[in-house]
Amino acid sequence: MAILSLKNVQKNFGITEIIRGVSLDIIEGEKHAIIGPNGAGKSTLFHLISGRYKLTAGSIRFKTEQIENKPPYEIARMGLARSFQVTNIFPRMNVFENVRCALFWSKGYRYSFWNLLGRQHELNDEAMQVLEQIGLCDKAMFPSGELAYAQQRALELGIAIASGAELIMLDEPVAGMSHSEAENAVELIRKITEGKTLIMVEHDMNIVFDVADRISVLVYGEIIATDKPADIRANPKVQEAYLGEVRSA
Amino acid sequence: MTLLRKSSIWIVFVVALFGLPQIFDSILAISILNQMAIAIVFALSYNMLLGQGGMLSFGHAVYFGLGGFLSVHALILIEFETMVFSILWIPLIGGLFGLLAGIFIGSFSTRKAGTVFAMISLGMGELIAASSLIFSSFFGGEAGISGDRTFGPLFFGFDFAQNIEIYYLAAVWVFIATLFMYLFTQTPAGRMANAVRDNPERAEFIGYSARKVRFISFCAAGLFAGIAGGLFALNYEFITEENLNAATSGRVLLMAYIGGLGYFIGPIIGAVVLTLMNSLLSNYSELWMLYLGIMFLLTVMFLPRGFAGFIMMHQMAWVRGNMKMLVKPYIVTGIPALLFAVCVIVLIEMSHSDEETFHFLGMTLEPSSSITWIVLIAIAGAAFYAVRRSRAQLLDAWETANAAPKEEQS
Amino acid sequence: MLEVLIFATLNGLVTGFLLFMLASGLTLIFSMMGVLNFAHASFYMLGAYFAYSLSLYFGFWTGLIFAPLIVGVLGALVERYGLRKVHQSGHVAELVFTFGLAFLIEEAVQFFWGRDTKNYQTPEILDFPLFTLLGQEFSAYRGFMMAISIGIFIALYYVLTKSRVGIIIQAAITHPQTVANLGHNVPLIFMGVFGVGTALAGVAGVIAGPVLTTFPGMAAVLGSIVFVIVVIGGLGSLAGAFIASLLIGLLQSYAIASDVGMPDLLDLLGLSFARDHPLNDLWTINLPQIAPVLPFLLLVLVLIFRPTGLLGKREE
Repeated sequence: MAILSLKNVQKNFGITEIIRGVSLDIIEGEKHAIIGPNGAGKSTLFHLISGRYKLTAGSIRFKTEQIENKPPYEIARMGLARSFQVTNIFPRMNVFENVRCALFWSKGYRYSFWNLLGRQHELNDEAMQVLEQIGLCDKAMFPSGELAYAQQRALELGIAIASGAELIMLDEPVAGMSHSEAENAVELIRKITEGKTLIMVEHDMNIVFDVADRISVLVYGEIIATDKPADIRANPKVQEAYLGEVRSA
Repeated sequence: MTLLRKSSIWIVFVVALFGLPQIFDSILAISILNQMAIAIVFALSYNMLLGQGGMLSFGHAVYFGLGGFLSVHALILIEFETMVFSILWIPLIGGLFGLLAGIFIGSFSTRKAGTVFAMISLGMGELIAASSLIFSSFFGGEAGISGDRTFGPLFFGFDFAQNIEIYYLAAVWVFIATLFMYLFTQTPAGRMANAVRDNPERAEFIGYSARKVRFISFCAAGLFAGIAGGLFALNYEFITEENLNAATSGRVLLMAYIGGLGYFIGPIIGAVVLTLMNSLLSNYSELWMLYLGIMFLLTVMFLPRGFAGFIMMHQMAWVRGNMKMLVKPYIVTGIPALLFAVCVIVLIEMSHSDEETFHFLGMTLEPSSSITWIVLIAIAGAAFYAVRRSRAQLLDAWETANAAPKEEQS
Repeated sequence: MLEVLIFATLNGLVTGFLLFMLASGLTLIFSMMGVLNFAHASFYMLGAYFAYSLSLYFGFWTGLIFAPLIVGVLGALVERYGLRKVHQSGHVAELVFTFGLAFLIEEAVQFFWGRDTKNYQTPEILDFPLFTLLGQEFSAYRGFMMAISIGIFIALYYVLTKSRVGIIIQAAITHPQTVANLGHNVPLIFMGVFGVGTALAGVAGVIAGPVLTTFPGMAAVLGSIVFVIVVIGGLGSLAGAFIASLLIGLLQSYAIASDVGMPDLLDLLGLSFARDHPLNDLWTINLPQIAPVLPFLLLVLVLIFRPTGLLGKREE
């Protein structure tokens, strides 16, 4: 059952075509990686799905609704969460608050200016649980803008998963991390996306082949192949366009 | 924190609100306390926009002024017995009008924060201030409108003719308004306002319309500014176009900024300091506004987190019991800095006055003698140099005092 | 009627060109630093005051040459020692800084020159009517104002588009990093552009001072209107600022010169209201009355319906 379905998605900036007719079905519960050379349009694709950019043409269905041209907040409320390539947290709030904010909508608080947060024990407990999952419990009261890079990326993940979204989209989650930090991050990702659908943009082939059930290869705004990792590796078109230039260990 | 510790600061607040007029009971003091009360509510309401919400407004006086104008009209209605209710409710009426204005103007202003928002607020502020001169039946033209607060039902025998009576009424409203503005920050709406301030894009991706979040803060800010306007109307029984115009909007920006935007208590500090400068300093020097301008600019450049921020910078040192490490460095840098400031002030005042002699701290100086000038400039120069030399050691001491005993950062 | 139209147009053009002199400097500074210089009109005021003082001792023409230079140097110093420091604290801090600067300059002007209106005279040789049309005079000084404005624009256009310095500046405005990597001293360029921008405002002050009166409130009077112009024209667009300046100049000029009002509109619709109607003020309003308000009305409308302005480029 496809939880997310893209049909002929097109995105132009002026006369430049960035996404040129992408069709893709993401199966519920799968871990799907999107790879491709720089400039292929991977981040743009994410922006189109999550509502940051408007489509030039085509349609996107998430669960039972067409979401193209819906504003990001409506899409998020439907159960889609994403993280960003460049860390995108709330720097002046502390770590705990960052995560708690991500929980508000799913816990039904809406725009309430009458619920005092000190009294919302269930909410606060759940926020602490998320912190525990991402390993930032001891930094709960720390101003998030002053965290070390890897911890900010962990928080980034935390914000994305806190709302209990069913579809999680991660944009280069381990970019800029050292080898051991990346290993920890991947473990974390595996743990927190159990039972959920994951779409991940990633450059590190080891991680991709390790984590993904299926891989799509995006080149110059088009998907040239979608398949299981081993088949992608063997696909000559892919080798020529992408893997052929990158030697993975 | 236990409930007692948490509420201890509120207890101090209440004690200060109701206790200060017992200590400072001269007519001047009560008048200043009244002004402070109004300024505190106004400045706190402004911070809902700027400090909490990241929205820089140059037109906040509109809600203050509109609240004040409706309040004075309400006083007139009470006076002529067209309506009968106690003046205790006047600030609420002001607040409601401020809220209505906020809803109307906020409906199209809050799409974006940043420069666009600032420009809309400026435009609306000027528009409404200029319109108020045209619609003289409501706004009274250049002369404004006035009322009398001693009418209407008595409150336990009080008719509020005296300033001290009005002060206690204002104190109750200040407490209520401050409490509610604080509680707002502890709600999802208040927290999301912070989130939208920090990162409007990310806020949308966690399910919130940035525009709607801003709109709620905007309306709330209008409500409380209107309450401040109502308090103003009760205190002065008089209001004019000046109270809605850009100068008043600028003044509340100054108050909030100098006090410190990032802390709830910041605008309170700013309101108190500015009111004191306004009332007391103006008696000593005609140039107090020049000093205010200089102080403001220096704050923006060197103390971007305001007075509250400056105090909070010492929080770590206080918690760690390291405050005594800072005493000597502050004296070493502080005294020359103070000397420099004093010399500059004397130089400024001397050049402004046309009198033969200039009195300062019991000393008599002669502006006509060039030696006076040379000496003053020399002292100022030396003091400035001393400050620059000693800055490094102050920063060092401050870092050590604030540093963790063992390495916390990973 | 015709002479009213012609003179209103001419006066509107004079005002429009003057406003553009202010708006162009503001736009250059905004394009470069992303900050609206709230104190821009204050430099205009300083230009008028410096020129006034200079003119007392050395005559108008000395003032015309040296006052803008002094103002430009002051502007460059403000950028170097003030704005640059505040830049790291963010956009809001920069706006608040320039706001504080405007406040301080107004107080400083009152401190150094006093609160009264200064008797800044137009030069005698320009004290004659340039032409007389249908009974009304158009003073040579106003013609001079237009000539200077146009001359400066042409010079600015050539410098920006044809000279090497200009091209570097244009590049630095959109790609400061690249320009720095090419070996150019970008901070110096920034300081220079800020200085030139403020000097332009100073020139506007020098020539407008005698006509629009030189007093401590003169910055406040024009300040808001200049913001309206750059926003309506589109933040960052010089062409937009030009169109908007002329638009506002002409609009205000026509509004003031006309004597159309609400009563005429009501007559047209066949309505009338009693004198004690609560909205009587609205029914008796006329165009000259709301002329000062028109720019702000336009500002709010533009910001609601077309937030990027007429020709806006730079999105936040």
